[in-house]
Amino acid sequence: MKIIRVLLAVIGLALGANAQANYALNLPVGVTETSREIHDLHMLILWICVGIGVVVYGVMVYSIMHHRKSKGVTPATFHENTKLEIVWTIIPFLILLSMAIPATKVMIKTYDTSKADMSIKVTGYQWKWRYTYLEEGIDFFSALDANSNRARQLGAKIDPASVDHYLLNVDHPLVIPVNKKIRILITSADVIHSWWVPEFGWKKDAIPGFVTDGWVKVDKPGIYRGQCTELCGRDHGFMPIVVEAKTEEQYKQWVAQQTAKKEAAAIDQGSNLADAAVDPAQSADVKKN
Amino acid sequence: MTATTHDDHHDHGPAKGIMRWITTTNHKDIGTLYMITALIMFFVGGAMALVIRAELFEPGMQYVDPLFFNQMTTLHALVMVFGAVMPAFAGLANWMIPMMIGAPDMALPRMNNWSFWILPFAVCLLASTLFMEGGAPSAGWTLYPPLVLQGGNNLPFAVFSVHLLGISSIMAAINIIVTVFNMRAPGMTWMKLPMFVWTWVITAFLLIAIMPVFAGAVTMLLTDKFFGTSFFNAAGGGDPVLYQHLFWFFGHPEVYVLILPSFGVVSQIIPTFARKPLFGYSSMVYATASIGLLSFIVWAHHQYTVGMPIQGELYFTYATMLIAVPTGVKVFNWLATMWKGAMTFETPMLFAIAFVVLFTMGGFTGLMMSISPADLQYHDTYFIVAHFHYTLVTGAVFAILAAVYYWLPKWTGYMYDERLGKLHFWLTTISVNVCFFPQHFSGLAGMPRRIPDYAVQFAEFNAMSSVGAFVFGFAQLILAYVVIQSIRGGDKATDEVWEGAKEHGLEWQLPSPPPYHTWTTAPDIK
Repeated sequence: MKIIRVLLAVIGLALGANAQANYALNLPVGVTETSREIHDLHMLILWICVGIGVVVYGVMVYSIMHHRKSKGVTPATFHENTKLEIVWTIIPFLILLSMAIPATKVMIKTYDTSKADMSIKVTGYQWKWRYTYLEEGIDFFSALDANSNRARQLGAKIDPASVDHYLLNVDHPLVIPVNKKIRILITSADVIHSWWVPEFGWKKDAIPGFVTDGWVKVDKPGIYRGQCTELCGRDHGFMPIVVEAKTEEQYKQWVAQQTAKKEAAAIDQGSNLADAAVDPAQSADVKKN
Repeated sequence: MTATTHDDHHDHGPAKGIMRWITTTNHKDIGTLYMITALIMFFVGGAMALVIRAELFEPGMQYVDPLFFNQMTTLHALVMVFGAVMPAFAGLANWMIPMMIGAPDMALPRMNNWSFWILPFAVCLLASTLFMEGGAPSAGWTLYPPLVLQGGNNLPFAVFSVHLLGISSIMAAINIIVTVFNMRAPGMTWMKLPMFVWTWVITAFLLIAIMPVFAGAVTMLLTDKFFGTSFFNAAGGGDPVLYQHLFWFFGHPEVYVLILPSFGVVSQIIPTFARKPLFGYSSMVYATASIGLLSFIVWAHHQYTVGMPIQGELYFTYATMLIAVPTGVKVFNWLATMWKGAMTFETPMLFAIAFVVLFTMGGFTGLMMSISPADLQYHDTYFIVAHFHYTLVTGAVFAILAAVYYWLPKWTGYMYDERLGKLHFWLTTISVNVCFFPQHFSGLAGMPRRIPDYAVQFAEFNAMSSVGAFVFGFAQLILAYVVIQSIRGGDKATDEVWEGAKEHGLEWQLPSPPPYHTWTTAPDIK
């Protein structure tokens, strides 16, 4: 079972054939311009490191093979060469420069949250997220879905593999439109959390009393999943992030739906608010049940 | 000190029984005490790591509550850093520095005793929190507020434990600095000092600079929790990120405290077994000093995601990348030392070579993480976990293992079992890679660190990691066995132990084992 799966994974890796594999080995390319640029930057530095590694380890292996006492060699006595020291100080410096330039460009772009089409406020709570659409006035909590929550209990006899998107599914995902520059404002109501969706290329800490920000412009409709990435207490591992990117029209429909629900709820006070989840305080209470 | 004043009772031995160890002011005894403490803590911290890896063997929660899991990650780090690696290097310093510089003992022997004996109490204070209501600290070894302030009664105990550990480290550092500055044998000039001594002097300065900062930061935690201050509370005008800046101003030099003496150890071992002098000695000294200086100006690369201004992000990116230059110089110098040598591959050399190979791996991932936009992805994932275990396990711990095998015959007077040593090396090296290499992949694929349970797509790599961790853990029992065996007896070691070692340090001119007091007459330095 387990062991066999592990062995299969090892063999799969050894053959370089992960055709059957449902696991990823590398950063996702992502679905935003910045995430793709960050991915390219990551690959650039990875290959530079691999190149340096091949040279350094190559020299080392050659030396280990040939410069050994068992081969009857007499050790050389040299122990200094100023020219060599200067060379291997300057060359790495130049290599670093070649990485610093693209890094600076990407960082400046990632930080530019100006001229956003819309803004969403993300608030971290122990242990769920709250999303507030500043323009539309939509506001709801987003917590681990019930199936994952049942399966993750200590001693639960539920196979995590049988749960749809185990630990990466929520009750109410964040819904955003594609092709719009969205400024995401991030803060926290209690301790520090961190909001991360790998497909968007960045994470940012949610700090109580302060607002940090980032931006996304997703170019492909789809569902993107992430997790809290700053240790925030007992259930840190159980507050995932799910973002549903919809086309412009679908997004408008969704907004209309939410607004209608909100109005209906306002009229029909005292009714069940669990599905609508328009009032954060009340929906939070519902979830505790 | 001349022989005539004390010739009636020269070279008197230690006191008998337990009092020898409690009252000792002898650098060799204190070195031994440090090393034994480190070995015990290595197993305690290792057991905690195995709790973590057992829970992470497969998806779902099987054995422990998430809160206890967080306590284990927190204590594992604190115990390994402050209980195992730092005391091990303090032990090596105590044993070796006086012997290497031709001094009869450390300059401040009574303070030496004190700085050791604080340590077990500090560690016990920390461990006692495990048995308290609410358990041990569970906010990670970085003790970030506001989370750490939610912990119950453990906070003051953790804080006082940190204070004691800091006092102990500062006293050890002062002792090393005073010893090296004042007690070098005539002719042992600065640029003749063995690299291990050089790296420790620089480390000692780092320790004196950073420990008070850490002590101050945790004291502010204490007053925030119990005395109504708001250093780290935004509602009271404070800033939680201020703590992170203080912590990492300590924390980044701290990780160099763990790695610089490792560089020193490896710079001692490779020349001995390559039968060639260390290549580029003076550039090694300057590289170590520049790494020490740079370590103070790069701290916020641990905080790329806190929302610093872009200028801050870029500054810390450039400054951090610079560290690759002197570190590269060190690796190239080790390679040049091996080049055209006549190498043999006894256990210390094997560990030293593995150190160079695997620490360089950690260096590569470190370089990748220095690039701030890329770190927005890497930060707080298993990629980071892989990185710092490559630098601290296959880095610092491998250097300590290399040092133990290298100097054990000198300390005990008996050769260790080379066959078992090699077995220990291969098991350790293979398993450590099975454990930590897959974590690069799971991190890049999106697995955050410090989580007790994970999505099923990370299952294969985590299972591999856990298998590697258990093999690694149990392989260390071989080390304990080899050490005990070598203390009890075996083949007599010669004075120089390793062929031609007399060329590579004063310690090899002394008998194996060295008498209780050594270099009471200063040696002749060529």
